[in-house]
Amino acid sequence: MRDRIFKSLLFLSSLLILFISGGIFYSLFSGSVQAFDEFGIIGFITSGEWNPNPGNEQYGALPFIAGTIATSFVALILCIPFSLPVALFNGEYFRGKKIAGVLGTVVDLLAGIPSVVYGLWGFYVLRPIVSSLGLSEQGLGIFTASAVMAIMIIPYAASLSTEFISMVSNELKEGAYSLGATRMEVIKSVIFPACGSGIFASYVLALGRALGETMAVTMLIGNTDNIPTSLFDTGNTMASIIANQFGEASGLKLSSLIAIGLLLFIITALINLLGKMIIKKFTK
Amino acid sequence: MENKLKIRKFKDKAFFIAVCAFSALAAVPLVAIIVKVVMKGYKQLNMDFFTETSPTTFEAMIAKASGSLIPGGVLNGLTGTLIMVGIAAVISIPFGIMCGVYLSEKPKAAFSGLIRFLSELIQGIPSIIVGMIVYSWIVLPLGSYSALAGGVSLAIMMLPLVIRSTEETLKMLPSSLKEAGLALGCSYKSVILKILLPSAAGGLFTGVLLAISRVMGETAPLMLTALGSTLVNWDVTAPTSALPLLIWEFYNDPNLVDMIWSSSLLLLVIVLLLNLAAKAIVNKRRTA
Repeated sequence: MRDRIFKSLLFLSSLLILFISGGIFYSLFSGSVQAFDEFGIIGFITSGEWNPNPGNEQYGALPFIAGTIATSFVALILCIPFSLPVALFNGEYFRGKKIAGVLGTVVDLLAGIPSVVYGLWGFYVLRPIVSSLGLSEQGLGIFTASAVMAIMIIPYAASLSTEFISMVSNELKEGAYSLGATRMEVIKSVIFPACGSGIFASYVLALGRALGETMAVTMLIGNTDNIPTSLFDTGNTMASIIANQFGEASGLKLSSLIAIGLLLFIITALINLLGKMIIKKFTK
Repeated sequence: MENKLKIRKFKDKAFFIAVCAFSALAAVPLVAIIVKVVMKGYKQLNMDFFTETSPTTFEAMIAKASGSLIPGGVLNGLTGTLIMVGIAAVISIPFGIMCGVYLSEKPKAAFSGLIRFLSELIQGIPSIIVGMIVYSWIVLPLGSYSALAGGVSLAIMMLPLVIRSTEETLKMLPSSLKEAGLALGCSYKSVILKILLPSAAGGLFTGVLLAISRVMGETAPLMLTALGSTLVNWDVTAPTSALPLLIWEFYNDPNLVDMIWSSSLLLLVIVLLLNLAAKAIVNKRRTA
């Protein structure tokens, strides 16, 4: 009898997840209805105008979708030259050695630094550098936000790819060595082909992280409602426009911001799903 | 022939050096950020910093004009963080562990698959969206920003982390442990509460520490749920501050901007220590 109560308690607590996710879906959808009714789903996604003036209200998500995609992809590209060597260092060259543990800890700690502290550092250290190089007047914009974001996602990309690289079987590698391959050749023609899809998946998941990044981006992107036209242009991401304008929003504007949240949620969920599917296929 | 081999060996060496160099570069930001925050922040760290609430713009302006340190501290942020992380922990730890036990007890059931999928989905939700949702769930009906709303949004972010670490830890226990308990005639409940969970305690503790350190630095969801306050406030239905929220407020106020480094230093020390403690426990268990 007691066991039965206990078992149903366990079951009930798992229902909590079901309720939370159901509630999230419901709130996002019901909140965005007004905006989608007014502008149409396609119209909302493809319109580049963001005009909160009463009587002339016009909201479109395109500038923020563009800003989100631009910052995330630039961040992803900027993070590869650092995260991939870290993965090789920890997963191949120094696998299991003390020094790999140290580097692993250091890189993991990067994931522990709060986003708002990254934002401060970007604003007071990186922004003046970008500005003094003459790349943009104030040093704010897509590039500065992406550069800081790149640092933030290094740990996510590196730790997963390290795992996949260290999983490549020794027999494969030894086969190549016995044919006279150098270590670099083994990495290039055995390790990468063997766990390429796993490494790819870790970058897909890192992208999923980058898409929703809020604070650091809000502090560094410049917060303008235009579609960014260059790497050093200012803009806004879907997350940063919500962070900036949600507080004082109501009515149609609130609904439009929730609709942007819904779109961001769908994009992030799809990217995460893709990454996890690749990993599942790869580890099977 | 000889030459070609030399070139290949040279390339191999160069590649190795490049890997080491870029790996080392990846460690630079951590050091750079810590150095910057410590250098700029340590001066403000005095007793007042921990026992006083945050100064007003006006107080800071006067202090700056006379060239002295900005008075006041971050007590309101510390207590707010304590309350909200406390609420998050009270909700997410028991439910997360129970849900993790459920998943590890029925690993192959279709319903477990669904729960696992949804839990991963929630884990991937950008934190600002969690804030937005909790705003419509709690802030709107209550009519006020509150520590409760902040705590719930942190709980939603913690829950999947606790579930996952619980399930992973329990999965690693040998099944003979459970069978031994059942063979001795223990009830299902006592097998789980007295055998499985205690043997998994170290792993569960690590998971909880990491989850807490992850949500402790969250700013975005709190902006939409807890809002912030200049007072120490123990009423969970009133707007409340938190350490990361204070950093954000200081950053936006030209008179208070000098306070950002000391508050960041404090937050960074707490979060990184939690991280290191969790890591140390994992390493100890591995060698033991």
